[in-house]
Amino acid sequence: MSAPNAAGWRPTMVAGTPASTAETSSGDRGLALEEALIFELATNATCGVDFDGDDVAPDPALSRFLRGAAPALPGLSEPEAVRHYTRLSRQNYAIDLGPFPLGSCTMKHNPRLNEKIARLPGFADIHPLAPAQTVQGALAVIAELADWLVALTGMAGVAMTPKAGAHGELCGLLCIRAAHEAMQGPGGQNRRLVLVPESAHGTNPATAAFAGYGVESIPAAADGRVDLAALLARLEGEAAAEVAAVMITNPNTCGLFERDMVAISAAAHAAGAYVYCDGANFNAIVGKVRPGDLGIDAMHINLHKTFSTPHGGGGPGSGPVVLSAALVPFAPLPFVARGADGAMTLIEEENAGEHHPHSFGRMAAFHGQMGMFTRALAYILSHGADGLAQVAEDAVLNANYVLRSLEDVLEAPFAAAGPCMHEALFSDNGLGGGFSTLDIAKGLIDEGFHPMTVYFPLVVHGAMLVEPTETESKAGLDRFIASLRSLALRARAGDDSLKSAPHFAPRRRLDETLAARKPRLVWRED
Amino acid sequence: MSRYFTKDHEWVEVEGNVGTIGITDYAQAQLGDITYVEAPEVGKVLARGDTAAVVDSVKAAADVYAPVAGTVCAVNAALEGEPELVNTDPELGGWLFRLTMGDPEELTGLMDAAAYADYLTGL
Repeated sequence: MSAPNAAGWRPTMVAGTPASTAETSSGDRGLALEEALIFELATNATCGVDFDGDDVAPDPALSRFLRGAAPALPGLSEPEAVRHYTRLSRQNYAIDLGPFPLGSCTMKHNPRLNEKIARLPGFADIHPLAPAQTVQGALAVIAELADWLVALTGMAGVAMTPKAGAHGELCGLLCIRAAHEAMQGPGGQNRRLVLVPESAHGTNPATAAFAGYGVESIPAAADGRVDLAALLARLEGEAAAEVAAVMITNPNTCGLFERDMVAISAAAHAAGAYVYCDGANFNAIVGKVRPGDLGIDAMHINLHKTFSTPHGGGGPGSGPVVLSAALVPFAPLPFVARGADGAMTLIEEENAGEHHPHSFGRMAAFHGQMGMFTRALAYILSHGADGLAQVAEDAVLNANYVLRSLEDVLEAPFAAAGPCMHEALFSDNGLGGGFSTLDIAKGLIDEGFHPMTVYFPLVVHGAMLVEPTETESKAGLDRFIASLRSLALRARAGDDSLKSAPHFAPRRRLDETLAARKPRLVWRED
Repeated sequence: MSRYFTKDHEWVEVEGNVGTIGITDYAQAQLGDITYVEAPEVGKVLARGDTAAVVDSVKAAADVYAPVAGTVCAVNAALEGEPELVNTDPELGGWLFRLTMGDPEELTGLMDAAAYADYLTGL
């Protein structure tokens, strides 16, 4: 069978129409719009809302808050405001428009089934303060999702309330701190350090510092994994008594599985420390590896990565933390408990009936990101245990397809060691001619793709980290690979036009240095 | 006066018991455009290897370590408004901070200019 439309039919243009270099009076180019700032569109005479105006008497008790002058808000009619933001949104890039290859971000498709379930009125129209007996279904969703997360990770329990990955990291470290304090008393803080390998996520050292710990970096070995000998040496002898936890990302930010995890956990436990695993890259191993079997004590799960809930500007994050039996008593409140009769109760307080003396407190006012829980559970139930294992297999297969398709034109520092996990890591070494990762990333914009993660991880020169996820088809991957290959070849051929890319975006290359040195964060007329 | 270099791409210019510290031309080229320098507080006591300053660039944030132990006695105020000095003049006008050295003997473990040049060719 020949490919459909092999001849590439498109609507016929008027004969002899040349390629256009014409300028327009509006600055727009047909459907590519040159959108003005909202302040430029506004007039003082227009207002999109009818106010009753001066005949509303201010409450005397509030009179000291009365404005002396009108606020400097742009005046637009409702259709003008709607069009402005809709026109801007057409200049945006989204997972619904094309692949989003940001490494370590797991920008997978957000299934429409999730959205349908989340919009059911029984989930969408409830209030966090509604009496528990009126929201039994919603509480059952939290409990069932918690059961799935515990089963998939082989852990003893889960704290559902953290609102995102870094919030989950903080929750895990606060559990660890509470566990150490319970052993040693509040003054017994001689465990003052968290060991963080270079191949860990950038948030890990920040979280450790925020939780009150000092951070000590453990180097990476030549194969991109943690230097096991250095880590084990640090966990031996008297100096190990100051280590509260090892914080490790597995699979790590080089896209590699930390094979020595069991030995690392055993050494940490022998030294009296706990093991925190950053679960941001869980997509590579979901349904295949249970972190509990690796000796991990705490790990957050980004529902907005592995479990397909909207990500970035599209929706809030959610970062439940699974915990080992040693840490469960210290988990934050509230949590959902299932009674013997199947009734769901929300355990909110330390009191006589619900005694949780070791809980370190709360991470959030209410139950967590309910809207993400419904979406994640819909995703899990629609995939099933076998489907989730296939998610991991396909995600790893896609990343290795990208890695092997490009390693002849882009240096892949760890490719010789074997397959990668969920993401392929390249370097700008070898491009020559002064070409850098930034040029390749900007060139991808011209090619119609969102760029990959750049300059991270730091252990690789000019890192380009590509995570295709399992939801890209082979045809879609082939288009992306062809574009990235053409850019690498243009750089190797010394095509200097790449250094001024993007050429076809609404704006050309922006001065990122000036933006960082002299940021303008608000609009000002000057 | 003499100048020493570290494997972390810092330089120390020594005059008496005061060391002036900055990052090398190689380091600034690797980091790219510097956007912000977080200098230590004057009077801060640093052990050798302690994080003394942080240099932010468009690519990364890099720690600058104390190459020798000492007490911070001056910081380069010009960098507050002009962090780009670290790019344009890294080994002179773009200096980061000065230390009153605790133990000048520690300098013997560092490289001289020729040894540092050799070290760079090996990278």
